[in-house]
Amino acid sequence: MSESDATNALSVRNVVKQFGSGPNAVTALNNVSVDIQSNEFFTLLGPSGCGKTTLLRLTAGFEQPTAGEIFLFGEEIEDLPPHERPVNTVFQHYALFPHMTVEENIGFGLRMQKWSGPEIRARVNETLALVKMEQFATRKPVQLSGGQQQRIALARALAPRPKVLLLDEPLSALDLKLRQAMRNELKTLQRETGITFIFVTHDQEEALTMSDRIAVMSAGLIQQIGAPLEIYERPINRFVADFIGDTNFIETRIDQVSGNRALCVAGGELQFETDVVDGHGIGDAVTLAVRPERITLQKTMLRSKDMPVIEEATYLGTDTSYEINIGDGVVVTVRDQNAEAGMGRFAAGENVKLTFSDGAARMLVD
Amino acid sequence: MSEKTPKKRKGFVLGYYPGMNMWTLFFFVYLYMPMVVLVAYSFNDGNRAQIWQGFSTRWFYRAFINDDIQNAALNSLIIAVCATVVATVLATLAALVLARGGEFRGRSASLGMVTLPLIVPEIATAVATLSFFAIIGFQLGMLSIIIAHTVFCIPFAFLPIRARLEGMDTDLEQAAGDLYANAWETFRFVTLPILAPGIVAGAMLAFIISVDDFIITLMVSGAGATTLPLYIYGMIRQGITPEVNVISTVMLAISIAFITAYWFISARGDTVKGH
Ligand SMILES: Nc1ncnc2c1ncn2[C@@H]1O[C@H](COP(=O)(O)OP(=O)(O)OP(=O)(O)O)[C@@H](O)[C@H]1O
Ligand SMILES: [Mg+2]
Repeated sequence: MSESDATNALSVRNVVKQFGSGPNAVTALNNVSVDIQSNEFFTLLGPSGCGKTTLLRLTAGFEQPTAGEIFLFGEEIEDLPPHERPVNTVFQHYALFPHMTVEENIGFGLRMQKWSGPEIRARVNETLALVKMEQFATRKPVQLSGGQQQRIALARALAPRPKVLLLDEPLSALDLKLRQAMRNELKTLQRETGITFIFVTHDQEEALTMSDRIAVMSAGLIQQIGAPLEIYERPINRFVADFIGDTNFIETRIDQVSGNRALCVAGGELQFETDVVDGHGIGDAVTLAVRPERITLQKTMLRSKDMPVIEEATYLGTDTSYEINIGDGVVVTVRDQNAEAGMGRFAAGENVKLTFSDGAARMLVD
Repeated sequence: MSEKTPKKRKGFVLGYYPGMNMWTLFFFVYLYMPMVVLVAYSFNDGNRAQIWQGFSTRWFYRAFINDDIQNAALNSLIIAVCATVVATVLATLAALVLARGGEFRGRSASLGMVTLPLIVPEIATAVATLSFFAIIGFQLGMLSIIIAHTVFCIPFAFLPIRARLEGMDTDLEQAAGDLYANAWETFRFVTLPILAPGIVAGAMLAFIISVDDFIITLMVSGAGATTLPLYIYGMIRQGITPEVNVISTVMLAISIAFITAYWFISARGDTVKGH
């Protein structure tokens, strides 16, 4: 496996990265493989310390892989120094040159590529317009706010029109409103420029709203790669299901199997139908993942201690979150939209009836 | 003084102990009184240094037209400039290797060794340098002084440069590399400009240390290579003349000017971070 499909912007093959050696060695990446397509908005998502930055740094050339290969448009690049890679980085802390003006910062990459003065000026102005920072051209970075610095860092990396743009949590230092605005701008920029974006974040909402595809990472491994909908709706394991959104994990046994579908009973008598994974059969203990918003609550006139009962109701503004005991000591969380003003539809102690939309439950690979 | 500061006093703080102000005052008087006297007497009109006979600047004039003093001053200047340039370049390289060269065997040992001369007794360095020159049969004179000065100036130049470099994010150099700058361009356009205040500060420190040095210079100077401190020492042996006061005052003024400039330049270092 040493050639790569040239239509992939980036191919990472069996990359291992260790820091240090001997007993203190840290394995930041443990055999990672991923193909990122051209023009894709690709996100690396995972908790702190899972190796996201390390993967970016290997791609930019600031670190060398301990093992494995990295291809950029089919060309093997592990041995190229950073300045020979057609890749630019937006650093987590911007890393703007403090002694240069905004213009000089943005023009730096062009100057190093020996562009002519007028060409540089034209591209700098164009890029300043792109990030809506024209009026700040002659300021120094210290005279800018965090959000403005962030745009300049982005402009500086975009100006040379790299084939691949690496963004290391570029929005993490911004406040919520600005972050949301920048999300849309980044997405638009990516579409307009057609540059492949590799975006690092540990914010799942950011990942879900911006990405074409997401790689969920944990402990130096890629757990799952897929479109946002796929990752959210069909998480393959407990880590992904837990990391992305809220999830009920229901430990249960397979009751019946017909073809590819299994029926599991949880709590008192709630039945979940799911696809079978991992070749499980009748009687196997499995974990089901059910999103809180995929369970629908219905009023019921029946009163019985065997029926699901609401233990706790928490008002969340748009929703109410209920902790519901479904029997056998199994408690699930259910989100119910607050269609009317005031508290939710149910109160603690009430019996309710639970129904599921098809495919609400998902059997996990453990 | 402490009554004016509305800070809360929590428990016993030595700095607030009554009478501490008096001690501080005494300390400053003790420290600066001799210099005040020196400066005042350099404006003395009389022929004897210690008896005040009215204000005059005539000894300044006399000192400036004195050929021997002019020669000594020129020697001091040549030595200081040469030693400063060489020491600053070497210190910059050493700082770059130690702060940016990654981990290598003996890194912390090297760091200690660069700064060790700061605490070695100067007389020991002086004797060692003299013996060294004697062993290799090196002719004592301007060149031997320049070499000796270069050596002891390096740690002084090194410290501010390294401090500046330590405070500079490696991110910045990586960003330059990321934006197609090769190693030389990264140094030329990013590292060096950001480092410049540290280099200037280091050079100023080295310069003033060189100009003021006496013991090592005394040991390794040959005939004819007299610097200002050596000249002053020679004159004092014939009694303190007003000219000695004048030269000392001028040297004091130069030192203060340089040190002040040094502090200003060092204090500008707070914008070094990339964010
Ligand atoms: N230069 C280094 N030396 C030693 N260990 C390192 C080095 N760089 C990273 N690591 C380790 O490698 C692991 C992955 O680090 P990395 O910076 O890639 O995490 P990350 O996913 O970017 O985390 P965060 O979200 O906090 O930025 C961590 O355990 C980290 O301590
Ligand atoms: Mg990181």
